[in-house]
Amino acid sequence: MASHLFCGRVNLNILREAARKDLREFLDKCSGSKEHEVEKMFTLKGGRIPSAAVKNIVFFVRPRLELMDIIAENVASEDKLHPRDFHILFVPRRSLLCEQRLKEKGVLNSFTNIDEYILDLIPYDGDLLSMESESSFRECYLESDQTSLYHAAKGLMTLQALYGTIPQIFGKGECARHVANMMLRMKREFAGSHTQILPVFDTLLLLDRNVDLLTPLATQLTYEGLIDEIFSITNGYVKLPPEKFAQKKQGEGGKDLPTEPKKLQLNSAEELYAEIRDKNFNAVGAALSKKAKVISAAFEERHNAKTVGEIKQFVSQLPHMQAARSSLANHTSIAELIKDITTSEDFFDSLTVEQEFMTGVDTDKVSTYIEDCVAQKDPLIKILRLVCMQSVCNNGLKQKVLDFYKREILQTYGYKHILTLKNLEKVGLLKPQSTMRNNYPTIRKTLKLWMEDTNEQNPNDISYVYSGYAPLSVRLTQVLARPGWRSIEEVLKMLPGPHFEERQQVPTGLHKKRQPGENRTTLVFFLGGVTYAEIAALRFLSNMEDSGTEYIIATTKLINGTSWIKSLMDSPEENLP
Amino acid sequence: SSFICANYLKIELYEMGWNLKDGLRDCLVAAAPYGGPIALLKAHNRRSPSARPQLEIFSSSGLPLASFPWKSGMVKQLGWTVSDDLLCVQEDGTVLVYDLLGGFKRHFSMGNEVSQSQVLETKIFHSPYGTGVAILTGALRFTLATNIDDIKLRRLPEVPGLQGAPSCWAVLTQDRQSKVLVASGPHLFILDNTACTPVTPPGLSPQASSIVHMCVSFSYKYLALLTDSGHVWMGTSNLKEKLSEVDTKIKGSPKQMAWCRRPKSQQPSAVVMWDGLLLVVGECKETIQYHLEDDSILVPELDGVRIISGTHHELLQEVPGACEEIFKIASMAPGALLLEAHKEYEKESQKADEYLREIKEQSLLSEAVRQCVEAAGHEHEPETQKTLLRAASFGKCFLSNFPPEQFVSMCKDLRVLNAVRDYTVGIPLSHTQFKQMTLQVLIDRLVYRKLYLLAIEVCRYLKTPEYQGVSRVLKHWACYKVQQKEESDEVIAKAVSVKLADAAGISYSEIATKAYESGRTELAIKLLEFEPRSGEQVPLLLKMKKSPLALSKAIESGDTDLVYTVVMYLKNELNRGDFFMMLRNQPVALSLYKQFCKHQEQETLKDLFNQDDDHEELGNFYVKASYKEQRLEARIAHLQSAVDEYYKAKNEFSAKTTEDEMRLLRFQRKLEEEKDEQLVGFSLQDTMTTLLSVGLHKHAEQLYKDFRMPDKRFWWLKLKALAEKEDWEELEKFSKSKKSPIGYLPFVEVCIKHHNKCEARKYVAKVSPEQKVKAHLAVGDVEGAAEAAIERRNESEISTVLSRCSATTDHLLVERLNRAKATVPKK
Repeated sequence: MASHLFCGRVNLNILREAARKDLREFLDKCSGSKEHEVEKMFTLKGGRIPSAAVKNIVFFVRPRLELMDIIAENVASEDKLHPRDFHILFVPRRSLLCEQRLKEKGVLNSFTNIDEYILDLIPYDGDLLSMESESSFRECYLESDQTSLYHAAKGLMTLQALYGTIPQIFGKGECARHVANMMLRMKREFAGSHTQILPVFDTLLLLDRNVDLLTPLATQLTYEGLIDEIFSITNGYVKLPPEKFAQKKQGEGGKDLPTEPKKLQLNSAEELYAEIRDKNFNAVGAALSKKAKVISAAFEERHNAKTVGEIKQFVSQLPHMQAARSSLANHTSIAELIKDITTSEDFFDSLTVEQEFMTGVDTDKVSTYIEDCVAQKDPLIKILRLVCMQSVCNNGLKQKVLDFYKREILQTYGYKHILTLKNLEKVGLLKPQSTMRNNYPTIRKTLKLWMEDTNEQNPNDISYVYSGYAPLSVRLTQVLARPGWRSIEEVLKMLPGPHFEERQQVPTGLHKKRQPGENRTTLVFFLGGVTYAEIAALRFLSNMEDSGTEYIIATTKLINGTSWIKSLMDSPEENLP
Repeated sequence: SSFICANYLKIELYEMGWNLKDGLRDCLVAAAPYGGPIALLKAHNRRSPSARPQLEIFSSSGLPLASFPWKSGMVKQLGWTVSDDLLCVQEDGTVLVYDLLGGFKRHFSMGNEVSQSQVLETKIFHSPYGTGVAILTGALRFTLATNIDDIKLRRLPEVPGLQGAPSCWAVLTQDRQSKVLVASGPHLFILDNTACTPVTPPGLSPQASSIVHMCVSFSYKYLALLTDSGHVWMGTSNLKEKLSEVDTKIKGSPKQMAWCRRPKSQQPSAVVMWDGLLLVVGECKETIQYHLEDDSILVPELDGVRIISGTHHELLQEVPGACEEIFKIASMAPGALLLEAHKEYEKESQKADEYLREIKEQSLLSEAVRQCVEAAGHEHEPETQKTLLRAASFGKCFLSNFPPEQFVSMCKDLRVLNAVRDYTVGIPLSHTQFKQMTLQVLIDRLVYRKLYLLAIEVCRYLKTPEYQGVSRVLKHWACYKVQQKEESDEVIAKAVSVKLADAAGISYSEIATKAYESGRTELAIKLLEFEPRSGEQVPLLLKMKKSPLALSKAIESGDTDLVYTVVMYLKNELNRGDFFMMLRNQPVALSLYKQFCKHQEQETLKDLFNQDDDHEELGNFYVKASYKEQRLEARIAHLQSAVDEYYKAKNEFSAKTTEDEMRLLRFQRKLEEEKDEQLVGFSLQDTMTTLLSVGLHKHAEQLYKDFRMPDKRFWWLKLKALAEKEDWEELEKFSKSKKSPIGYLPFVEVCIKHHNKCEARKYVAKVSPEQKVKAHLAVGDVEGAAEAAIERRNESEISTVLSRCSATTDHLLVERLNRAKATVPKK
């Protein structure tokens, strides 16, 4: 079930098992027995909880006040004749504020158990941990609410309890600094109570999302990145339009078109997906047809199977082969769906503009393309992504240009978006040009953010994930590993927030003795979100020959430009009759 | 009897250090199990106020721990809790709790009913839930509290036909419930929460006409009953099974009766005490008699009975198997032979070898070592322990792969046990008891006695993890230290910090709480400074009304929930002005509170912005508020407020835009009224599209001018709206109204989009040369496209056209294009 968690260098299943044990213990406590069949699961909503013949109801919630109101309503409207036992499990931790609210609502005593389920970092894949805290960036940079950073620090402490103290901590950005400070403090608080474990991670790199605002705005061009951009991956699943997934069975005339969206799980447990997820989409076609040949060759083997032994051997491999074949069929369909979009003129035009911005072409004037898109009333988020990108690539827009865009947007999409625009300005995605000169070109050149001769098929540089643009965040990671940040002091100073290095004492005897040729392991924590393309780039670095470093990725949330911008929007509902 | 009778051994633990004039006569005595302290109340039933009885507490060796005159009401019973606290049950049902050094802790009542009808008899018992108190009142009813730390009083049902005090009773624990077993003459009843059930012990001797005494075993599993005929019935406490019945041949009420059985022993046995006589009764018909010189009490233990008299403290127990085997005269058990072998070895006699051979020939050497180690554990005499351990160690030399753990841990355990059994400490724990109570509890017991140094030494010696061991002891020490009134804050704080500096996992907040509780706030604050967990500092700081400090500590912890907690506390404690002021100095708290208000208290949010003169945010606030309004006037009023604020904030753009918004709303409303067309709430763009689609061109034009809409966008908008309406005539007119700022390709494309090729063609000629090819292709004119492409000598355009040609029908065209392509100069 969780085979995808085993494949990385660090066994993230340890974390998962620890989390499962905690959950089981809580459920034991609720039911008073070792048997806890979960009868039904409901999404939290107001009113009465749908009936179910159960004795115990467990609310599994984030500690947010608005959710407490819903729970209070649920509890208050419970059938008094057939009372059931209520329990609350706060994820990732209890909140006095929420309990206070339940008390005010007069329902606090209705709960048999109130507990916390410390699940800060959720193992998402063999090399990926996510806090699944979608509003983290907004809270940190827009609302000065650093709750998610506290959870991040706690999560890192849990991680260190299971995988040993991380000897080196690097970071860039205000949030990174804050998390590191909290970690160091917590380390002092827990002094003595931790059992000592040989460190699994050599380095932790904490990166603020606002150090690299550009990357998420760009359209991801890896296979997985595009799936996310177009269909959006949620909790490791994607819902796809059903047409391309019609069952084509031999001997059946008419094919029934399914109407339900096709839901697929996407992780590295699927061999083929693991192979192609991080490729540039332009290299996926070739990979798929190669795979098709391998599979059909494997099926052909049956003709060569003569002896009973050989046939047996063949049959034993059949389930695996059939799984591979259905996996291939699925991904061929997905690739077709994506291709329909990537070959469209629209996609091409918009990508061209993005790339012009990233290479610094005409970033200081109004873009005709954006203007046309607004005139066509293209989706607002698309416009916002482009305008923000232009602003970031120009280190701010001329006041005239900025005001023009803003007026265009407000007149076309409605004045209510003024709040969204202000939010974007507050987090720095949109800004008027200051008197300072545009330092983006320097950053671009020093960090080699644009590579002219990107090889999409057989990449030799991370820039393949955006067909030319090398994500800034990943470049920083790469430089840190070799030759070190000292070589880019100047650029680091141009990027927002402090950069720092901390060392944590590891007891003597727990110092790792590295075998010659053994890689270092670095945990890169993206505070405020990470895109699939960035992950792909880091995986590329891990797999590069003599890279010397393997990366495990942690984040507050997996994002793309659309979901990210959406999280920053503030568009009041229309209330006029 | 066919049973082999067990052997019993009475050993002396201590000669008592106390000096009691009249021994234990006329004393209320209570001794805690596990070698705990002894409480004595002399002349407790003397009612004259002039002669107050003295309450004294001693260690098991009779050394004084506390002594004070009893000033409260008449005490009916003394007893000890599981954590070595003394309970004094008064006649009126009040229970007073003291620590073992005589410090008063608290008191509680056993209820009105008890205080009215007075306490007749009391039993203090231990259940899985803690220490309990059972009371028989003057009204002959039972009241029970199963756990004195969480008192829930239960009044048990009435016993039918009970005329006077029952002959005897006891508390049992069954099915997670405490019940009372009562003997009333020949009848026996079990009382639980709901019912009084008569019971009959199976096989009880028929000669008996009443039960005069009863006792329950230490584990609550077994029950012994003494009848007026002198028979002791022993069985399980659920009264389902009889284990044995013995005739003591003594008729007369005993002073005390107790179980004397070691865990896992096959044999039931009880001890009955009369004046001057102690009788052990087991499975055999024969009883064992001991003569008692002095008034004594029996203290039941897990593995025996302690007998305390005015002068001596003894332990009576069944001789443990291993000791029996080894020390039995002429024993041939492997342990005995090994002991013998070692003795000979010490004497340098070759007999040692003979003995060893004998054991080894039977392959019993490891068994012999185990026996010796086990026996050592049961011995109280250090010399005997050593002899046995040396023998074991000697035997071990001849064994390979013998696991050393048992031997090593026994040596360590015994060293600790000998230390606490020492006369000066006076905790006569047996090894069995020690294992049952655990080291953690032993450390606690030492700490209760303020034997900090010994506790720390034990922790260090047994290598207990620091935060469970040394740190915990130090914390207790510090808690004690901070209560010492004669020393100054500075001295104490310094002493505490120096002693605890290197100890891991110390909870300074607990120590500080103790200091605060003893009225030393300043000391508490000083101590809190040492607390590394800022989260832990907060609750106490709040309690001490040090709110600014609490707030900054909460912020320091990074735990936003904690910050919220303090903020909410302050909100209730302070007046609004002070509250806002305090937040103002703590930006982190302020922004969190703003977040809270955003969801919960919009008006407060406004006040906060006002306080900070944050006009920009006030403007945003009004904009947001405007959208909540259902009436247009109200919305516009809010927007006007927003405009004012934006001007104050010198945000011209926002102010102007918001004014535009108001203007648009008014325009929409006016038009809605005039033209009955729904418009309010539409964006400017959508409003104009709607206007154009219903033919209100003038109005659209007006908006275009009023809002200074860029030409390009207006042209696009009008183009699309007219095409949507399929108003081709109007579209053509529009195209000619002036030079199109968006060129003419959009005209072509929009017409095609609405499937009107004919109209589209009209605009192809007007398209700029750069877009001509595209335009021709859009209307499906491949030849035209080819012409244009060739004329422009543009390779990529030629290729585009080529890709649209069909090889069969456009044969000639393809050739022409290819030729042209060849002549295009390469860049």
